Amino acid sequence: MGLLSKKDRKLILDPLADDNPITIQVLGICSALAITAQLKASIVMTISVIFVLGLGNVVISLIRNIIPSKIRIIVQLTVVASLVIIVDQVLKAFSYQLSKELGAFIGLIITNCIIMGRFEAFALGNGPWKSFLDGVGNALGYGIILIIVGFFRELLGSGTLLGFKVLGDPINKTGLYAIGYENNGFMLLAPMALIVVGIIIWVQRTRNKALIED
Amino acid sequence: MSNKTDSNVYTLLFAIGMVVVVGALLAFVAQTLKPTIDENKRIEKQQNILYAMGVNENDESSAIFIADKVVGAEFKKYITKQLVITNKTNVEEDAQAYLIDVKKEQAQAKEGKERRLPLFVGEKDGKTYYVAPIRGKGLWDAVWGYVAMNEKMVVQGAYFDHKGETAGLGANIKERYFMDDFIGEHLLDASGNFAGIAISKSNGDPLNKDKTDNEVDAIAGATITGDGVAAMIKSELKLYVPYFKTLKN
Repeated sequence: MGLLSKKDRKLILDPLADDNPITIQVLGICSALAITAQLKASIVMTISVIFVLGLGNVVISLIRNIIPSKIRIIVQLTVVASLVIIVDQVLKAFSYQLSKELGAFIGLIITNCIIMGRFEAFALGNGPWKSFLDGVGNALGYGIILIIVGFFRELLGSGTLLGFKVLGDPINKTGLYAIGYENNGFMLLAPMALIVVGIIIWVQRTRNKALIED
Repeated sequence: MSNKTDSNVYTLLFAIGMVVVVGALLAFVAQTLKPTIDENKRIEKQQNILYAMGVNENDESSAIFIADKVVGAEFKKYITKQLVITNKTNVEEDAQAYLIDVKKEQAQAKEGKERRLPLFVGEKDGKTYYVAPIRGKGLWDAVWGYVAMNEKMVVQGAYFDHKGETAGLGANIKERYFMDDFIGEHLLDASGNFAGIAISKSNGDPLNKDKTDNEVDAIAGATITGDGVAAMIKSELKLYVPYFKTLKN
C-alpha cells in the first residue's frame, strides 16, 4: 500500500488539472494577473501559497468544531492573514533580496479567493490530514498555472527566464535579436496574463471535452 | 437543539481568545526575527552605498552587490568619512550616518524642523566619491537610491530601488541598463546651476552619448516611475549643492 490512499491522491491530483482552481473554478485570477510578469515571482508565490493554504487548512480543520459560525469568515481571514505575515517576516529574515523583489505580492496572498474558498468548502468539514492534502493540491494547481503564465510572459516579454537571457542580448543584438526579433512589451502588461490564462483554458477544454459546460 | 458555539457569550470569548493567541504568536515571530531583519537592512544600506561608488560584483549586465560576509570590511575600507550636513553647509562627521532614515528626515523637514543630510565620502582608485541617499515617490509606492558624484556633481554611479513598482516596467529602474545610463551625467547645467537629470522619452540620445544634456533615456511603459526618479534626484540632490560649492572653493 502506498503512502497515500486513492482518495488522498485524488485530493492532490484533481486540482492540478480537471478541478484546477484557476482554469476550472476561475478563482485566484487577480494574483495570476498581477504577479506573473516574472517566472521567479510565480515560483515564490507558489511556494508561499502552498505554505499558507496547506497550514491554514490544517489550522481551520483542527478548530472547525469550536469556531462560532457567526464569525467564521473573520476567523478564516485572521488565520490566512497571520500565516501571510509569518511568510513575509521569514522571507525578510532569511531571503531578504527575494522578499524585496516580491514586495506587495506576498501580501496579495490574503486576497486570494482560493484560500478562503478551500477553508470554507473543505477544511470546515474534513479532518486535518485530508485538509492538508487538499490545501497542498489546490496550491499546486494554482501554482502550475502561475508558472506556465510566468514562463511565457517573461520569455516573450523580456527574453529572459529567471533573469537569464535565453533569447540573446537585445542591446548588443545577439541570438534571436540578431535576426530581428523584438521583445513583446504587451506580455508584461496584466491583460496579456488574462489572454494566456484564456489560452490555457481553451487548450485544456479542447483536450478534455467533459470540461465544456453546456 | 442549539449549538453552544452559537451563543453571543461564546462568540465574544472566542474572538478575544483568538486575538490574544494570534497577537502573541505574531509578536513572538516579529520579535524573534527583528534582529535578523534589522541586520539585513543595515547590510543592504552598506551594499547600496558601495554599489553606487562602483564597489560591486556586477557581471556584464546584472547588478550584483558584494557578498554579505565582506560588506562590513569593504565599507570600512572604501568609505573614509560619513558626514551629516545641517543648515546647508554645517558639516559634522558621524560614523553612524548611514543609519539615518531619509524618510524620517523628509518628514521632519515638512514639519519645518531641520533636516539632516547624510553624505558618504569614499576613496577608490585614487578618486573621491560623494555618495548621497535619495528618496521619492514612484507609481505605486516609494522609490529610493544612492547617487555617487565627484566634487563637480558629475554622477559616478547610481543605485535605484523601489518598494512596489510594476515588474518588467517601473521595476526596471534597478536594472543596470537604466542605472548605468546615469554614469557621467552632469547634475549642473552649463552655467553651474543645479539642473538635475530628466528621464526623457524624446531626448534623441538613446545611447546617452551626450553627458551634459541633463537627460537619460526613459524606460518604455514606466513614465510615472521615471518621472518619480527624476523628481527625486532633483529635489534631493539640490539640497547638497551648497556643500558642493564649498568643495570647489
